[in-house]
Amino acid sequence: MSAAVRTRLFSPDTTDRAASLLLWASAAVTVLILLFIIGTIVYRGIGVIDISFLLDSPRMSGAEGGIFPAIVGTLCLVAVAILTAAPIGIGAAVYLTEYAPDNAVTHIITFCVECLAGIPSIVIGLFGYAFLVVYLGFGFSIISGGFALMFMILPWTIRASEEAIKTVSGGLKEGSFALGATKWQTIRQIVLPNALPGITTGIILGIGKAIGETAVIMYTAGSSLLLPESIFEPVRALPYHLYILVSEGISDDMAYGSAAVLLVMVLIINFTAVAIQRYYQSRMGLRH
Amino acid sequence: MIRQNRERIIEALLFISAATAVIIVMLIMVFLFREGAPFLLKYGIHNFCLGMDWNPIAIDGEPSYGIFPIIIGSVYIATGSLVLAVPLGLGCAVFLVEIAPPGIQSAIRRGIELLVGIPSVVLGFFGLVLLVPFIRDNAGGFGFSILAGSIILAIMALPHIISISADAIAAVPQTYKQASLALGATRWHTIRNVILPAARSGIVASVILGMGNSIGETMAVLMVTGNSPILPEPFYDVLDPVHTLTANIVMEMNYAAPGDHQQALFATGIVLFVMVAILNAISHHVLKSGMEVGR
Repeated sequence: MSAAVRTRLFSPDTTDRAASLLLWASAAVTVLILLFIIGTIVYRGIGVIDISFLLDSPRMSGAEGGIFPAIVGTLCLVAVAILTAAPIGIGAAVYLTEYAPDNAVTHIITFCVECLAGIPSIVIGLFGYAFLVVYLGFGFSIISGGFALMFMILPWTIRASEEAIKTVSGGLKEGSFALGATKWQTIRQIVLPNALPGITTGIILGIGKAIGETAVIMYTAGSSLLLPESIFEPVRALPYHLYILVSEGISDDMAYGSAAVLLVMVLIINFTAVAIQRYYQSRMGLRH
Repeated sequence: MIRQNRERIIEALLFISAATAVIIVMLIMVFLFREGAPFLLKYGIHNFCLGMDWNPIAIDGEPSYGIFPIIIGSVYIATGSLVLAVPLGLGCAVFLVEIAPPGIQSAIRRGIELLVGIPSVVLGFFGLVLLVPFIRDNAGGFGFSILAGSIILAIMALPHIISISADAIAAVPQTYKQASLALGATRWHTIRNVILPAARSGIVASVILGMGNSIGETMAVLMVTGNSPILPEPFYDVLDPVHTLTANIVMEMNYAAPGDHQQALFATGIVLFVMVAILNAISHHVLKSGMEVGR
């Protein structure tokens, strides 16, 4: 009965129109939030950013000067993380898609990949401190922070590579086998080249994730504002520098500048990843 | 022969790369428990998880390590973020799949991909300089609050909820929709009575996963919640500050002396790890059982 009454109060057409309006509104709100955040940070930060901000060392613990050592620190950490995560991740993905038998060991591996992706970043940071900094004796250093970041992005690299490898058509592989190629020859010459765009996208997204990460590197990479001379020296990554500027109330202007630089770096990287994916997708679309 | 050997060596190398993930997870467990478990046993899991008082550096008297208000703080903020993010995210997902014209759909999808990229410390900074003063001026209180934390976390959870829900909605067979429309149902009735129920398991999984992510989130929350390890009073006051498990670890690792205090922080990490693992397992299970029903 109540349903009948309700339909009389609001005709189906009215409900339909109201619902559409609400759905349009929810999408609009999401987009506006996004634009507002990015807009505010970039607008307030752009005035601070100039060549000397990017290329000078900080003075008075960051209240004046620039953020050059923090940019270098971030790039070093991300380089270590990606140079270790990429080969391991691609290798793992090749194993899981092309070799792994359907048995308990494989299930444990896939379960652990899932698990690792779900571990909160601060827990990885704690582990990095106990294992890399203290137990292995690497101290607060680029290598400790870089490895800790690698633990965080490894599962994403594996997943992205797996997805990319799975899209390579079976016909291509069968053709290669039929010509007498071994499994590894087929993988190296046929599967990996065809999966490359997808794998590259995944790795670039991993870089984006690693650049913005703070909790993982706080207690592994240290907070030195000097330029590092080797990978065994500590650095302060840009997101941690931003956190220190804000939490210790050092300078709002410098914080806006750092936040804008960080945000723009991540956005450029993500844009690149998405652009590569779209480019190859449209090319594949034309070919078929 | 040489070729066969080479194939075998390569397979072994690939297996080792895959096993790396297992080794890392094992090491994380070992080191987390090695540092935290002895303290947990000494202090008592019950006293630790249900204790009301977190006071690791007692100037006079015994230090106390009760994290119950901190656990509640984490749960509050994560729940609050879902209350805000789920309706908005679900609405956005339905819009993307069922209503949006193709051009708008791809534009919004691209925007959401960008939202994923905003580093949490940048969002936290945004919350600190704009949201916290806004709440302080308009709603009262300190501004550093459950509300601020929930809003910032909701913004972080949105893209994940949208993309997983949108996938679940897109996976609903077209025939269901066509049958409903053919019976004379309006578009909204079809969405509410046919599409959303059919996509339920994917949506529920995304919500639980979002909860796990929110509980594990660190920097953004830390900068806007005020970090006071006491229960809100009264319990529904969203303008009260709270402390979260993640913030507790980050803020005190800086000065915690090796010994009970530092071990208590590792024990906090264990509690966090277990909570997030349980939520992820549930989400995984819901998604899997939903897929089996779907087949």
